[in-house]
Amino acid sequence: MTMKQKFGLGCGLLGAIGFASAAGAAEQITFVSQGGAYQQAQTVAILDPSAKKLGITINQDSIPDAWPAIKTQVGSGKPIWDVVDTPTGNCLRGGEQGLMEKLDFSKIPNGAAMPEAYRSPYSVSYEFYSSVLAYSQKTFAKDAPNSWADFWDVKKFPGRRALRNHPFATLEAALMADGVAPDKLYPLDVDRAFKKLEEIKPHITVWWTSGAQSAQLLNDGEVDMEMAWNGRVSAVAKEGAKVSFTYNQGILQSTSLCILKGAPNLATAVKFLNEAVDPVHQANLPLHIDYGPGNPKAFETGVIKPERAAQLPSEPANAAKQALMSYAWWSSPAGEAAEKRWASFMQK
Amino acid sequence: MLALVSPALLVILALIVLPVGWLAWQSIYHDGFTLENYHRVFTEDVYWRSFALTFEISLAVTAIALLLGYPVAYLANSVPKGWSILILSLVVLPFWTSVLVRAYAWLALLQRTGVINQFLRYLDVISEPLALVHNTFGTVVATVHILLPFMVLPLYATMQKIPSDLMQAGASLGASPSLTFMRVFLPLSLPGVLAGCTMVFVLCLGFYITPELLGGGRTVMVSMLVSRNVELYNQFGAASAVAVVLLLSVLAIFFVVSRFISLDRVLGQK
Repeated sequence: MTMKQKFGLGCGLLGAIGFASAAGAAEQITFVSQGGAYQQAQTVAILDPSAKKLGITINQDSIPDAWPAIKTQVGSGKPIWDVVDTPTGNCLRGGEQGLMEKLDFSKIPNGAAMPEAYRSPYSVSYEFYSSVLAYSQKTFAKDAPNSWADFWDVKKFPGRRALRNHPFATLEAALMADGVAPDKLYPLDVDRAFKKLEEIKPHITVWWTSGAQSAQLLNDGEVDMEMAWNGRVSAVAKEGAKVSFTYNQGILQSTSLCILKGAPNLATAVKFLNEAVDPVHQANLPLHIDYGPGNPKAFETGVIKPERAAQLPSEPANAAKQALMSYAWWSSPAGEAAEKRWASFMQK
Repeated sequence: MLALVSPALLVILALIVLPVGWLAWQSIYHDGFTLENYHRVFTEDVYWRSFALTFEISLAVTAIALLLGYPVAYLANSVPKGWSILILSLVVLPFWTSVLVRAYAWLALLQRTGVINQFLRYLDVISEPLALVHNTFGTVVATVHILLPFMVLPLYATMQKIPSDLMQAGASLGASPSLTFMRVFLPLSLPGVLAGCTMVFVLCLGFYITPELLGGGRTVMVSMLVSRNVELYNQFGAASAVAVVLLLSVLAIFFVVSRFISLDRVLGQK
């Protein structure tokens, strides 16, 4: 084979590869979420309809904690994922560390229309859950605890208690118990929060680590009241246990969508991101699982019946009773320092 | 000979030496050499408190396992063969269930609404449920249960090698059964005691699932700090430094023990 032939063949091959990848790039993205019933609900409510409408293929992957993988993939310079659904803090931290694409909101009108607290330069809210005060209706048949101050009041509400073994939402609850208004929490007064936590610590039977554990504690009557995620409590109630919760002073938390820096299908990823927070797709999500839509406009679509909306953490009236977690504060140096302080608080 | 062992050596190299080496390397290298991770482990209170608690729990578990395991091994050694097989299989049986399942089983037994508290209340022995779990107590109980076979088996192996003639000799010289036990049997079984204790102690140092599920959040053992550090510092070095310190502690224990008995007794039950 002569030099020229080799060159020609090479060009042909390169062209073919280029063509193939160009065709692919216009058509597919890799989307990553946390798996389980949650990812299944999204597939029906959001992913399949979005893929159909945009005429793209959405390859799905799932991982319980995406953060280490995000670091490794972007660090290698050749990420294979495009869009991740991950706790909002990961998107912010990732953005600050150069692991996420900065979003051009002119290309994401659905995101641009969302309230500012629901988005960041790197992310848009995708769904909401809440850390709420849950209690046994057997123990508290009449006068149920209704605020974190009640949770801290061991005289008026005797009973065994559990909190999450993690500073997220727990420090917020402590400050609300100490009289701080839900919308005046940030920046958190960390010293004051830990001081208030010391007060309740002797009365905490269990500091739970997993959502499943919190559900088991409530279901078995091991504790009379606890902080838990709303979806876990309603699942236990559905199984017939006499338990309930209040959204009053709940801590509203979210996962967000963000795009990995150097994502292989950036343009399609941006199109998908816009479609995924479309109010109608978003409104479909709570029809399949106990999470609230990330886009508040979903409540204006009429897709969610009023009775159902009243059960959801991000429904405007419910949201108004709660504190919106500031992921920006938690990923700031002060937030990281508070997180490190937790283990030492637990040991003493 | 070398040809025969080289596959095994390769497996050990690939599965143990390289990962452990990589682990150690991560703890001192992150964008350049750094001792930051070790500085943290040796200066922050969180770490020494966890190490202290982990050693305390491991000591308690070892002592209880010895107290419970010695009579079992002794019994298995002194009954006819058929019976000893039965006893030993009962000891080994829990091995066939996962650690996770056993932890949940203990939860079902020990919690406030659990079997034990319900039963004691039914008998009117107690009026308020006892706090049997979500604390160090529950952790120790479940850990002893899981590690007991590692105590009984080395003890039994050692006792098997004590000639029964020696006991008869003691008796024929007029010693009471308890004296022959104290002066003859017990000293001869000590290598088994040391072997069993070392196994249980070292394994207990690395326990994770049991304290996580039964410790109620307060029982922060070293392995839990390892996982916490992955979350907190977002790099493996911070976690692997803790693991390396734990590994060195274990090696130090093995070293000290090896001054008293040969290591293959601990590991291979020769």
